[in-house]
Amino acid sequence: MNGAAARRRSSLERSAEVVALIALLLVAWQVMYHIAGKVAMTTPAETIRYTAKLLASSEFRPHVWTTGKAFITALAIALVGGSVIGMLLGFHRLAGEVAEPILVSLYSIPKVILYPIILLVFGIGMAAEVAFGTLHGIVPVMVFSMSAVRNIKPVYIKTGRVHRLSTWSLMRTVLLPAAFPEIFTGVRIGFSVTLLGTVMSEMFGSKRGLGFLLMNALGVNDVQLIMSLALLLVTFAAVANSMLMMIERRLYRQR
Amino acid sequence: MPDVHALGPIDLSLQPGEFFAVVGPSGCGKSTLLEVIAGLSPPTQGEVLFDGVPVGSFVPEGIGVIFQDDASFPWLTVRENIAFGLKRRGTDSKTTRRLVDDALELTGLGHFADGYPAQLSGGMRQRVCIARTLVLQPRLILLDEPFGALDQQTRLLMGDEVLRLWRETGASILLITHALDEAAMLSDRVGVMSARPGRFLDIVTTNWPRNRDSTIVTRPDFGQITSRLWTLLRDQSMKSIVETARA
Amino acid sequence: MRPRKATIVRLVLIAAAVGSLEAACRTGLVARFTMIPPSEMVVSLFGLFRSPDVVSDIGQTLTAVGIALAAAVLIGFLIGALLYAVPRARRIADPLLATYYAVPVFVFYPLLIVFFGLNAIPKTVIGFLYAFVVMIINTLNGLDRVPSVFWKTARVHHLGRRDTVVHLILPCAGPYLFTGAKLAVMYAFIGVIGSEFILSSGGLGYRISFAYNNFQSDVMYGLILFVLMVVILVNMGLYAWERVLMERRGGR
Repeated sequence: MNGAAARRRSSLERSAEVVALIALLLVAWQVMYHIAGKVAMTTPAETIRYTAKLLASSEFRPHVWTTGKAFITALAIALVGGSVIGMLLGFHRLAGEVAEPILVSLYSIPKVILYPIILLVFGIGMAAEVAFGTLHGIVPVMVFSMSAVRNIKPVYIKTGRVHRLSTWSLMRTVLLPAAFPEIFTGVRIGFSVTLLGTVMSEMFGSKRGLGFLLMNALGVNDVQLIMSLALLLVTFAAVANSMLMMIERRLYRQR
Repeated sequence: MPDVHALGPIDLSLQPGEFFAVVGPSGCGKSTLLEVIAGLSPPTQGEVLFDGVPVGSFVPEGIGVIFQDDASFPWLTVRENIAFGLKRRGTDSKTTRRLVDDALELTGLGHFADGYPAQLSGGMRQRVCIARTLVLQPRLILLDEPFGALDQQTRLLMGDEVLRLWRETGASILLITHALDEAAMLSDRVGVMSARPGRFLDIVTTNWPRNRDSTIVTRPDFGQITSRLWTLLRDQSMKSIVETARA
Repeated sequence: MRPRKATIVRLVLIAAAVGSLEAACRTGLVARFTMIPPSEMVVSLFGLFRSPDVVSDIGQTLTAVGIALAAAVLIGFLIGALLYAVPRARRIADPLLATYYAVPVFVFYPLLIVFFGLNAIPKTVIGFLYAFVVMIINTLNGLDRVPSVFWKTARVHHLGRRDTVVHLILPCAGPYLFTGAKLAVMYAFIGVIGSEFILSSGGLGYRISFAYNNFQSDVMYGLILFVLMVVILVNMGLYAWERVLMERRGGR
């Protein structure tokens, strides 16, 4: 009972801290506005008002749809492909050792320089956006899935053999659940970087989507729109990540 | 009828319902012996018979294994953990429930049935693994230093429980341990293994009554048995320490 | 034995991949317009150094990365140390640190251009923004790992605050600070080159997008190869150095 009470108090405290953080960020934003001035920024209040108006407008929705479609497609490919390939690399020791440094290098390079190649292969449009988003997302999912499989305790596999499980049911009832939390961490990171990749591809040579709107707004010096788009994307990324993190924490708490 | 032969440098035959312990210096191959008997790793030479049938590279039905490492599944509740093997066997849910309830009561886990292993202590988690093995009603239970990670007092109490379960289930038990007192207290016979490559130096018979518990450690003849074991083991342990240091 | 085998297999695989790419390009399986043969990329790469434009671009990118990195390491370390010293502030900043890399930082790039103009400052700021938080996180991680017995040892030896930090805490947290700096290098490159690629007036990223827009395949592929080699070599060097530091510590 004491533990539950302590947990409740700490979760209350945590929410208070999050509120304090958001308030601090808003204050910092307002202060920056007074330093930077009207030419470069809009205030938090103005931006939120404009964002609401934007979300309600019918011209804006197709852009959200374009980005959303590219993002979700890329994410699906990255998650499925990344976890399957990553787990296979985890099971096959040599293949994993061969692949690991290549994956690390791929993770550390500015992938944007590969975008022209993607454009030349896929042509400008949705396919290139999806490919670029996938390129970003698939690497962390692979790396975490590989390590998740390697970290499965050998005693679980032995227990499975004592229960005379077939390869398939060993996979389904022991290996997957054992590896799941760590794979999920990869999924969370994959989510963020896929979003980054998708938006970035739209910022370079695209005719639709939030990234395109952002660069277009820069061209016509529409500070209000830039601010709103930045707010929208940042909020979406932060909220989604926080939610995924909450799930992740629950998964690890069981361990 | 459990009847296990581990051939090669080792020749051993377990009697039905017997409690047999194997002690030996670290690295002598105790755990390998257990894995060979269980069918988890194939013997390089010779064969293992269980109920007269050769054990290949599959674990035969009727053998249960409890490992030193915590093998409770953290993604399942205590109840689901215990039901794991029954579910694989396709036991119907009513029978499963009854058997799991019995096992929960037998191992004293009743209050924690719907909790997760993470909420339990190391000793309690090991009980979950014991219960998961017991519900399958094995005729031979292999224990690989199951209490190695627990403190001395908990070990004595867990020893009592194992003795009780042994009596109530009528299964044969083969216990691998490095703790002499544990071996001496629990078993009918204790096999003392040499340093690597392991073989049996001697097999000590304890002659304890079947109805025994941890108070046995206070009897004078308990001291005689442990000192007998230690006399056999002392040089071997030294050898293994020196070899480890050299490696 | 094992790692050597993996290395050999990896090299063979990479060689095979490059070889088949070469063959595919030469036979026309892959159109010249899409990709030039890898051998020509290498030739083009060395030709690039004769062009004063490219040399100036390399200089611009490295300058921006260098400034962003130095600022990120310094400021990141200071903020990290400050948060370590003030637990309350750290608790409040914690969700921010945890979510920071989920945010596509590049969305701030247009804003920075409006504010600073289209010059080297916005891309340097993006490089900094990308790099400094990873330094904060690793500074905190390093300080957290200083065993509490060290602080007690310092008191037993009557060390002052300054001496404790200089002689015990920094050396102890050192490898983790290095990890932070290593990741900061990676992020600074990503931030700067990414910004240059999207929109800028100079630098390697700009030169690649310029070559793409003007159908200069050979220049583009030479530059891509150059950036890949530089970044991968820098990262591999830092990684090897980090391993030495960690091994000296007896860690993994």
